[in-house]
Amino acid sequence: MKYAALILSNFKRHKLRTALTILSIVVAFVLFAYLAAIRTAFSMGVSVAGANRLIVRHKISLIQPLPQAYEAQIEQIDGVADATQASWFGGVYRDKPNAFAQIAVEPEEFMKTYPEFVVPPAQAETWKKTRTGAIAGRTIAERYGWKIGDRIPIEATFLRPKTGGNTWTFDLVAVYDGKTKETDTTGFFFRHDYLDENRFWGQGLTGWYYITIKDPAQAERIVSAIDAKFANSPAETKTETEKAFVKGFAEQMGNIAAITIAILTAVFFTILLVAGNTMAQAVRERVNELGVMKAIGFTDAQVLSMVLAESLLISFVGGALGLTLGWLAVSAGDPTGGALPVFIFPQRDLLIGVVLVALLGIVTGMIPAGQAMRLNAVDALRRE
Amino acid sequence: MSTPLVTVSRVQKVFRRGSEEVRVLSDLDLTIRDGEFVALMGPSGSGKSTLLNILAGLDRPSSGTVEIAGERIDSLSRRALAQWRARHVGFVFQFYNLLPVLSAERNVELPLLLTSLSRSERRRHVATALEIVGLSHRAKHTPRTLSGGEQQRVGIARAIVTDPTLILADEPTGDLDRKSGDGILDLLQALNREHNKAIVMVTHDPHAAERASRRLHMVDGQLSSEMAA
Repeated sequence: MKYAALILSNFKRHKLRTALTILSIVVAFVLFAYLAAIRTAFSMGVSVAGANRLIVRHKISLIQPLPQAYEAQIEQIDGVADATQASWFGGVYRDKPNAFAQIAVEPEEFMKTYPEFVVPPAQAETWKKTRTGAIAGRTIAERYGWKIGDRIPIEATFLRPKTGGNTWTFDLVAVYDGKTKETDTTGFFFRHDYLDENRFWGQGLTGWYYITIKDPAQAERIVSAIDAKFANSPAETKTETEKAFVKGFAEQMGNIAAITIAILTAVFFTILLVAGNTMAQAVRERVNELGVMKAIGFTDAQVLSMVLAESLLISFVGGALGLTLGWLAVSAGDPTGGALPVFIFPQRDLLIGVVLVALLGIVTGMIPAGQAMRLNAVDALRRE
Repeated sequence: MSTPLVTVSRVQKVFRRGSEEVRVLSDLDLTIRDGEFVALMGPSGSGKSTLLNILAGLDRPSSGTVEIAGERIDSLSRRALAQWRARHVGFVFQFYNLLPVLSAERNVELPLLLTSLSRSERRRHVATALEIVGLSHRAKHTPRTLSGGEQQRVGIARAIVTDPTLILADEPTGDLDRKSGDGILDLLQALNREHNKAIVMVTHDPHAAERASRRLHMVDGQLSSEMAA
């Protein structure tokens, strides 16, 4: 601690240069936090996907329907605990297409399959009894100011109701929360039987199946068994683990993780050069002073530690500010106004950020600190 | 007669410049007693700064031995030598060499950071040193706001704050006008006489050398003559 004042005093030399270096580090870490949040948003389902869940869809594409009769056949396959159907609705709310995902499901089985969607028991019971009932995630319920009991009109895009017009009206019976921060709470789920009874076409068809398996270790065998069962039928299936399904879905927009890593690598390489140059310059400018310190009795190791501490301090000040501002910016909300289901700065990325801060400080300080350490006091004192 | 503080025996210093060997010190013998004030004079290139650097433990002789306060310093490692310097040597530079970002008192405190003294003890020592050099009232000033003479006084305070065995001064008045230079010489003389500090001062200035109790002349890496005051 007694060297703290000495280390801190060096920042007074070129205040503007120090401030600009710190600022560049701040910007890099704000970007880091923001990109981490974006990457998490796109891979959100992947990290929370259940190891015991499979998705069965049409082999050609997700928009091709499957027969509802498959459910019973799938449930007969050894190792399958349950199969439940789901269909994409794709409606428009308040003239906004894709405002949130609307999916028709079978309430009881769906809630068993997805225990991470926490629905209060009484509300869950109501849903089971209410044909027009729907449940919404906390995030969208708050975004649109919905309360339980509200009637929510959604315009159909391709599943028009038999009753005429385009509007389907749902009764909001429950608001669910996520078990963890990573759980998507922007979904809107309603009953599949209500959809079946009231749609113009598509009776007897469904979008895909959620499968719960008894033993995740058997996943590979069950995937093959399901696809084999429907091979050479008019509706062949493609079965995959939920993780692979969600990953594939996210990657439709490109490999977001690879893109963010590429951007961050470029940013950090630049920052490495900026901060490294600042430190190298700072040491070059005070060779004579380092010589004086050595003449006074500072050892090579003490001089090395002090230069390294200076570099770490710059990195930590910039990094801490950057990560804090980044966290605040992410906490302020999804910049797309709701297109990203989860927008958080995960703790794991915060830890990676802290490690990056330390690495930045060490790497940028290493070379100048080494030079300072090797400096010969007599030579250094000759330099003015 | 007091005991020898510094004993330099048959010291040689050879530098290599490409394939050429340059002998800067040749078979030099020197004894300095406790409480002596020695002025080291000689033309440029005579080896006086090299000798001073060897006495300070900043440089090592190519051969020969250097014993200061009973300790052979010519065979110490770089690390041990640095620690030895912190304990035994106070260095006064020609161009003061104060750290520009630190106040006078922080500059003086610098060598004390290498000791185990507490903060309050360090402050007490700094106050005493600044008082000795007559700069207590300028303690908070940075070097930029001090005159050359004042800066050198801070440099001297920094050199004496650890109560070193030996004070080494390299042209301490070389960058000062006559009046400020005299002030510094008065101070060094007082440190020698009143505090019994052993001082070795390199100087080109005969007027400055007159303040020393013993004057040594160096020519071509050897002591050529000696004069007692």
